[in-house]
Amino acid sequence: MGILVSFLAVVALFLSVLVGIDSLGLRWLFGVAVPYAAAALFLGGFLVRVLGWARSPVPFAIPTTCGQQKSLPWIKSASIENPSTTLGVIARMALEVFAFRSLFRNTKTELRDGRLSYASNKWLWAAGLAFHYSFLVILLRHLRFFMEPIPGFVLALTTVDGFLQLGLPVVLTTSLIFVGAVTFLLVRRVASPQLRYISLPTDYFPLFLLLAIGASGLWLRHVTKIDVPAAKAMVMGLLQLSPKPAESLGTLFYAHLFFVSTLLVYFPFSKLMHMAGVFLSPTRNLAANTREVRHVNPWNHPVALHTYDEYEEEFRERMRDAGLPLEKES
Amino acid sequence: MSEDLKPDQLEYYKQESLLKVDYRPPATDWMQTPTAMRPGAFIYSAKPKNIEYIDFPNARNWAPIDEDWKLPTNWKEIVIQGIRERLDKYRSFKVFMDICVRCGACADKCHFYIGGGDPKNMPVLRAELLRSIYRNDFTTAGKLLGRMVGARPLTIDVIKEWFFYFYQCTECRRCSVFCPYGIDTAEITMMARELLHLLGIGVNWIMEPVASCYRTGNHLGIQPHGLKDTLEFFAEDIEEVTGVKVEVPMNKKGAEVLFVTPSGDFLADPGTYTAMGYMALFHEIGLDYTFSTYASEGGNFGLFTSADMMKRLNSKIYAEAKRLGVKWIMGGECGHMWRVLHQYMDTMNGPADFLEVPVSPMTGTRFEHARSTKMIHIAEFTADLIKHGKLKLDPSRNDCRRVTFHDSCNPSRAMGMLEEPRYVLKNVCRNFFEMPPNTIREQTFCCGGGAGLGTDENMEMRLRGGLPRGNAVRHVQEKHGVNQLAACCAIDRATLTTVCDFWAPGVKVTGITELVANALVMKGEGDRKLNFRKEPMRGEEDGHV
Ligand code: SF4
Ligand code: SF4
Repeated sequence: MGILVSFLAVVALFLSVLVGIDSLGLRWLFGVAVPYAAAALFLGGFLVRVLGWARSPVPFAIPTTCGQQKSLPWIKSASIENPSTTLGVIARMALEVFAFRSLFRNTKTELRDGRLSYASNKWLWAAGLAFHYSFLVILLRHLRFFMEPIPGFVLALTTVDGFLQLGLPVVLTTSLIFVGAVTFLLVRRVASPQLRYISLPTDYFPLFLLLAIGASGLWLRHVTKIDVPAAKAMVMGLLQLSPKPAESLGTLFYAHLFFVSTLLVYFPFSKLMHMAGVFLSPTRNLAANTREVRHVNPWNHPVALHTYDEYEEEFRERMRDAGLPLEKES
Repeated sequence: MSEDLKPDQLEYYKQESLLKVDYRPPATDWMQTPTAMRPGAFIYSAKPKNIEYIDFPNARNWAPIDEDWKLPTNWKEIVIQGIRERLDKYRSFKVFMDICVRCGACADKCHFYIGGGDPKNMPVLRAELLRSIYRNDFTTAGKLLGRMVGARPLTIDVIKEWFFYFYQCTECRRCSVFCPYGIDTAEITMMARELLHLLGIGVNWIMEPVASCYRTGNHLGIQPHGLKDTLEFFAEDIEEVTGVKVEVPMNKKGAEVLFVTPSGDFLADPGTYTAMGYMALFHEIGLDYTFSTYASEGGNFGLFTSADMMKRLNSKIYAEAKRLGVKWIMGGECGHMWRVLHQYMDTMNGPADFLEVPVSPMTGTRFEHARSTKMIHIAEFTADLIKHGKLKLDPSRNDCRRVTFHDSCNPSRAMGMLEEPRYVLKNVCRNFFEMPPNTIREQTFCCGGGAGLGTDENMEMRLRGGLPRGNAVRHVQEKHGVNQLAACCAIDRATLTTVCDFWAPGVKVTGITELVANALVMKGEGDRKLNFRKEPMRGEEDGHV
């Protein structure tokens, strides 16, 4: 059910552009108002979320230790998986953010004939990595629309991308990886009964949206051959606060823009915020040197205690009879 | 199944039937699937006297199987307010509520899901049980779109579901190792249990030890004179076995070291043998130490209750160290105890500026890694002794034992003490075998009875949760003839005994220091024919030759 709703939601987005542009000619709405609003909501929402997290303190240092602690000098410690220094924490976070370290551990547990097995299972890791990096490359490639002159590395990126052209003259490799990886993530979610069971509409929606973005982008670039200078002029206009929605750009361009705007709006209110949240996860971003350096809890409030004196008061007779030392004799 | 067997008895269950785990999710959506409380899979409610003793709210008589849980009239308000407070106090809680992507990487990592197949025991869904309420009342999307974004209103059935599933999480943190964002379902379970306590909902297996510990200093409620009797009794046993008379230092002012260990070691076999091991070892090296009756508990069931309760119980250790004027503190073999000591104690009840950085009087080693907390683990201490050749060991005395090591959840995933116990074990016994790599070290599997779930009332879940560990033990039993499972945790020593009896019969559970003491050649010892269990030291052959 969730999957259908999410799919229909993305279809509805597309239809609204069709009607909006083709029938009503709402170029200002879809080409100016929506992108501006989306950008503002994205930046504002993102900030509010991160500041909201940051406002709550970290009362306890609770790193999940995934390797040997630093203890005796002759025992080799896992300086990244169980970091005792800031450098170790930075390395751990870098591996987590750039290489999805924890996901790399993934195993598939199977119970067969009364035996459990834990086979290494790197598919999710590989697809996740492929998706995130191809998305990043595509974003960087899009800088050609946002910058004049186009930075060298953007051109270089596009060229490298083009080198790996699977025989198709124009298709850029990353675009294919992107669509492939998102499709895999979607299929995986549907194919596994367990995963389907835990999935919410909000898990399918971003995947469909990303597919729509990818498909419309590919189509614009390779099929309808978008008027690049016109698109760039329009984007630059938006950036320089003198927006001029281009008449020459077709509906599909507005659809692409609308999908991206939707993603921007959706982002801060959804699980996509894991992008920022991963940096604030206390099981990963703290040093595990908790016996070496005291972690301070800002709200460490006093609690009711049962003191030794109260204890001795209750058990004094019996302690004396047992010959245990006492603070007070009576 | 025989008529008179009950769900809280091991014999009630059969391997073949528990092994038929059905991983197919129910036909109904999880929000629509009601919670079925079945005997053997939940723990009885806390008795009012235990709740009242520690001044927790809403103490009353109720039972999980009752239709009416007699919640306070403003229960909803209490829970929502409770969530709000915790969101403001814990970044972990807030972030974990927001960023899960339901990738499912954690799903088949939980021993309860592996052994039971109930999707609500997938860590991700366990967290969603609470997250759905959070979304409903604390997020804009949830308020506007409800079920579409995974939100649902708080009802009494939700409370019952929380009670069932948050007491089917042993706070082992295995899921958190695999989560790409480090989401720690244990942390969420801790929050949920705190919320339930606001409504007077807790389990007696936890709240009785908590109340006892608050009053008598230990979970088992052993009073000071009782503890003295127990330890003296251990000393007699040690003398009988080794011919060496050991001292029983208690509440001794001016001792160099305060030794704190879980009270489980004082009461139940096989933990008691480990306790004897501590005493024999300390005597042999001439350590100036003392037990305390006031701080006679290393474990801390407060950890399974609330942060404040954990702090209240834990405070006794530093208070007692200060009163007795010791230099530093050593802790015995316990699992969750070390989560508290390693990650919470200093923050909650420190700074321990009245103590000194631990230095081994035998080797001169300064334990810099405990520079602030001033508390070290006995495995760290013993490993250092062995490394410096301070112990005379005859590992052949443990030859009849073919040993494997169970990493307890907290020493591995909340501390990282992986090599020290292995180093000690390999020096005191000659037949050591590791279990498969995905079941040890940071990926170790829980015994199934941690976080206060280790009672027979909960037998079905303990056996199901114990399946992955039991399976790995069985593997080394068949492959290497392993007959001894060593664990540095008092809960393990109790719960794994059951798990092994069921899943790998024939394997016995031991502590590390028990094996150390077996191998320890003591000054003035007699002919060591018996081990601390009073069994023939070298096994059958020895007994008969
Ligand atoms: S592994 Fe982490 S992000 Fe993935 S479903 Fe589990 S808790 Fe959520
Ligand atoms: S902490 Fe352990 S018991 Fe709890 S959900 Fe995670 S894996 Fe399961």
